[in-house]
Amino acid sequence: MYQLKVNGVSKTVDVSADTPVLWVLRDHLDLVGTKYGCGIGQCGACTIHVDGVAMRSCSLTPSQVEGRSLTTIEGLSENNDHPVQQAWKEVDVPQCGYCQAGQIMTASAFLEQNPDPSEEEVKNAMHGNICRCASYTRIRTAVMTAAQNID
Amino acid sequence: MKANKTRPLTRRAFIKNSSLAGGGMVIGFHLLNSCKPKVIAEPSIDLSSLDYNNFNAFIKIADNGAVTIFSPNPEIGQGVKTSMPMIIAEELDVAWKDVYVEQGILDTENYTRQVAGGSQSIRQGWDALRQTGAKARHMLVSAAAARWGVAPSECTVSEGVITNAAGETLGYGEVVKEAALLEVPEDVELKKPKDYKIMRKNAGNVDIDKITTGKPLFGLDYKTEGMVYAAVLRPPSFGHTLVSFDATEAKRMPGVIDVITIGERVRDLLADDPSFSSKISSSDKVVVIAKTTWQAFKAKEVVKAIWEEETPMESTEEHNEILTGLLDGNSFKTMRSDGNVKKAFAEADDILERTYESPFLPHNCMEPMNFFAHVTKEKVHLAGPIQTPAWKAGLVAKMLGRDEKDIHLEMTRMGGGFGRRLYGDFVIEAAEVSDKIKSPVKVVYTREDDMEDGIYRMAIKYRIKAGIKNGQVTAYHLKEAAVNDNMYGLIPNFFPAGAIENYQVDVANYKSNITTGAWRAPYTNFLAFAEQSFFDELAEMMEVDKIQLRLDLLDKVKPEEDERIQYSPERMKKVIAKAVEKSGWGNQPDHIYQGFVNYYCHNTHVAEVADVEIENGEPVVKKITCVVDCGIVVNPLGALNQIEGGVIDGVGHSMYGELDFANGRPTANNFDKYRLIRMKEAPIVETYLMENDHSPTGLGEPTLPPAGGAVANAFKAATGNRLYQQPFAKRPELLKVLEKEIIG
Repeated sequence: MYQLKVNGVSKTVDVSADTPVLWVLRDHLDLVGTKYGCGIGQCGACTIHVDGVAMRSCSLTPSQVEGRSLTTIEGLSENNDHPVQQAWKEVDVPQCGYCQAGQIMTASAFLEQNPDPSEEEVKNAMHGNICRCASYTRIRTAVMTAAQNID
Repeated sequence: MKANKTRPLTRRAFIKNSSLAGGGMVIGFHLLNSCKPKVIAEPSIDLSSLDYNNFNAFIKIADNGAVTIFSPNPEIGQGVKTSMPMIIAEELDVAWKDVYVEQGILDTENYTRQVAGGSQSIRQGWDALRQTGAKARHMLVSAAAARWGVAPSECTVSEGVITNAAGETLGYGEVVKEAALLEVPEDVELKKPKDYKIMRKNAGNVDIDKITTGKPLFGLDYKTEGMVYAAVLRPPSFGHTLVSFDATEAKRMPGVIDVITIGERVRDLLADDPSFSSKISSSDKVVVIAKTTWQAFKAKEVVKAIWEEETPMESTEEHNEILTGLLDGNSFKTMRSDGNVKKAFAEADDILERTYESPFLPHNCMEPMNFFAHVTKEKVHLAGPIQTPAWKAGLVAKMLGRDEKDIHLEMTRMGGGFGRRLYGDFVIEAAEVSDKIKSPVKVVYTREDDMEDGIYRMAIKYRIKAGIKNGQVTAYHLKEAAVNDNMYGLIPNFFPAGAIENYQVDVANYKSNITTGAWRAPYTNFLAFAEQSFFDELAEMMEVDKIQLRLDLLDKVKPEEDERIQYSPERMKKVIAKAVEKSGWGNQPDHIYQGFVNYYCHNTHVAEVADVEIENGEPVVKKITCVVDCGIVVNPLGALNQIEGGVIDGVGHSMYGELDFANGRPTANNFDKYRLIRMKEAPIVETYLMENDHSPTGLGEPTLPPAGGAVANAFKAATGNRLYQQPFAKRPELLKVLEKEIIG
C-alpha cells in the first residue's frame, strides 16, 4: 500500500512495488490524461510534476514519490487556465493531441524555472518530448506565448 | 490484491457527468418577438450539457438553437472532427460558436465512407456534407414558413434565426420538431464561396479543452465496467509460429486472470481472404489477461514460449540484394507505356540513370495500438482507434459468424494513424480475445509490440532513366522494385506522365513474410524524393535552369487530350511561381543553399523550397517554404497545422527514418534506438495557400512527399554531394562540407 499525494489529494493505492507511477495514475486512479508512449523515458508523453519538477512517470515507482507532491495534467489548473494551457488553446497546438499533456507538463515546469526563456532555451527544454504529428513549430510558439503571458 | 475499481469513462458518460457538474439544464433563450438575431448561446454555456432534439444522423438542435453536429469520420489528427462539422454548419447557417461536435459512431446506413485514409475525407465528403447542412436548413425554414403561413422563399436565415417579410423571427430550436418530420428535399442550392461565414475562417480544434485538461478521449483512455486488459505475446520474428508455451509462472503473477491463445479465427479469415496475409501473422499468439495494463505487460514477459521457423527469417541485407536483382531483371509489370522508350534511348544524345533506395519504416503512432471488444450474445461492442471502422466491423462479423447489425463500433480519437490504423489487426485480436474469455477486454500493445509487429512502409528501390535528344527530354523510364506490393494505379499518371513522349513505368515485387501496408502518402512518400532529385540532376547534366526544366515539361502536358493525367499543369505552374517568389529562389545570400521540389499527390499541388545553412561543417535544414493548392480551405488554422506537420514529418523521416531487419526481426523496438525528428531538428515552415474556388482536395498527406527531395536538393547545393539513399543520416560522410567550400 502506498500513500500518494496527487493533485493535492491523498490517495491510497494497492500496487506492486515495481508498478510505474504512469500506470498507477491511469489504471488505478483513473487519471488517464498522463499518456503511455514508450515506457522507457524517451518520449515524454507521461510527463508529470513531482514537487514541481517535470519527470517521466513511466520511470518512477510509487516508493520514489511517496510523500512528494504529484501534479498531473488534470491538476495543472482549476479551470484550464494555466498560462501554458491558455497558450496551447490560443495557438491551437494539437494535431492528434496524444502527446500534448506531456508537452504541457514539460513546458509548465520549465517556465516555472525559467519564466523568460530565449527560443533556444525553449527548444532545448522541449527536445525530450516527441510529437509524432510534428506540431513542433506551434509547440515552440505556444511556450513563447505562455512566457509572455506570465509576465 | 484488491480488484481494481473501474468506473465507466466512456465519452457519453463523461458528457453526462460534466452536465451534472455544470448544474443541470440550461434554459433556452426566447427568440420570439425579437427583431434582430441574438447570440443564441453564450460561449460560456457548456454546449455538451444541453438537451437536444434529434434532427437526423448528423444534427441535433436544442430548444435555444444550439446545435450538436456529429462528425462522421475517424479523427487521427488530420482535423476532420473540426472541419467536417464546419462544412455542415456553414450550409445549415448557424453560428460556429453555437455548435457542439460529437464523434459519430459507425453507421453505414446514414454515413458514407467513414474512413480516415488517402486524404479523402473532405474531398469526398464535400458535396454530401454541404447538402446535409443545406437540406436541414431548407426543412427548418419550411417549418417556420408553414407556422407563419408564408412562402419559404419569403424567409431569410442568419445564425440559426429565421426571419419573415414582416420581421418576425423563429429560432431553429423552436421549429426543429416540426422540421424533422418534413420530407427531405432533393438536392438543394448551395452557398457561393463568397458567402461563406464559417469556412475559410480559422476554427480551433473542437477537442482542445479536453486535450489540454487530459480528459479521456483516446482508445487507450477507454474504460467500461468490468473491463480487463490483454497483452499479447507475438512471434519474435516474422516467419515464426508458436509450437507450445508454459504460462505457469505468468499465472502466478499478481492480477493475472488467465493466459490463453488466439489465432484460430484469424486463420479462418485468412483462408477466406488470403490478401490479408500481408497484414497479420497466421501464428497462434499467447494472450495474458490481467486486471491492469502493467500486470498484463509484466506477466507477458515471463510466459515461456517455443517458436519454430515456418518460413525463412529475412534481413535488410537480403532485401537489398533482392530488390537490386529485381531492378536488374526482367520480371516487370508495365503500368503505363507511351511511345517507345527503348527506341528513344537508342537514339538519345545523353542518358542519365540513377537508383534510389529507401528502408522499411514503422508508423510509430504516439498512442500504441489498442482496441476494446466485448462480445456478448446480444451484440459485439467494439471501441477504439481505427481508420477503417466499416471494414473492420465487417471482418469481425465474418470472423465471429455474426450479422453486421450486431456490431456496435465506437470510434475514439486516435493518437496518430499514418496508415497503421487502416488495418485493424488489433481489432480482430481484441474480438477474438473477448469471444474466448466472454469479458469486456482491451488489447494493449507495448511500444515494443507496436514497433516489432507493425504493418510497415516497405523497402522500395526506384531506378529512373532519362534520354536527352537535341536538348529535350525525350524518354523517361521509371522502374520500381518493392517488398510485397507495388504502387497503385494512379501514380504512373502523375508528373511527368504526359510531359515526355516516350514514357514507361514498370513495377516488380518480392513477396516477403514481413507485414507491410500504407504509410502516410504511400509510395509517393519516397518516389517524390527520387523523381525530384533526378530532375535536378538532369537539369545539371543538360545545363539548364532547374525550375525552367520543370516548367518546360509542364508546358507539354495536355490533360484535355489524355484523361488518365491526374494533375493540372496550370495549377502546378502557379504553385511553382508562388514558391519561387516567396522563397526568394535565386536571390538568397551566399550562406543559404536552396533545394526545390514540386509535386502532386492526393489531388493536391505542392511546391517546397528547403533553405539549408552550414553549421559546424554540416548542412542544417533551417526553413521550408511550402506552397499548396488544395482548393477551398475549410479551416485555414487546421490546414496550416497539417502542412507544417507533414513537411516536418517528411524532413524527419528522410533524415532519420530507418527500420532494419536481422533474423526476421526489427533491430529497433523503441525510441532509444529508433530516431524520430525532435524539436531542435524541426525547421521553420513558411506556408502559402493558393486562393481559388476549386473544390477542396487532400491535405493530410501531400506536403510530406516533397520535403525529402527539397532537403536532398538543398544538401547537394550545400555540400556538392547527391543523395540517393534514405535516411540521409545513414551516410554521414555525404553530409560534410568540403574544406574549400567552407572557405569559398
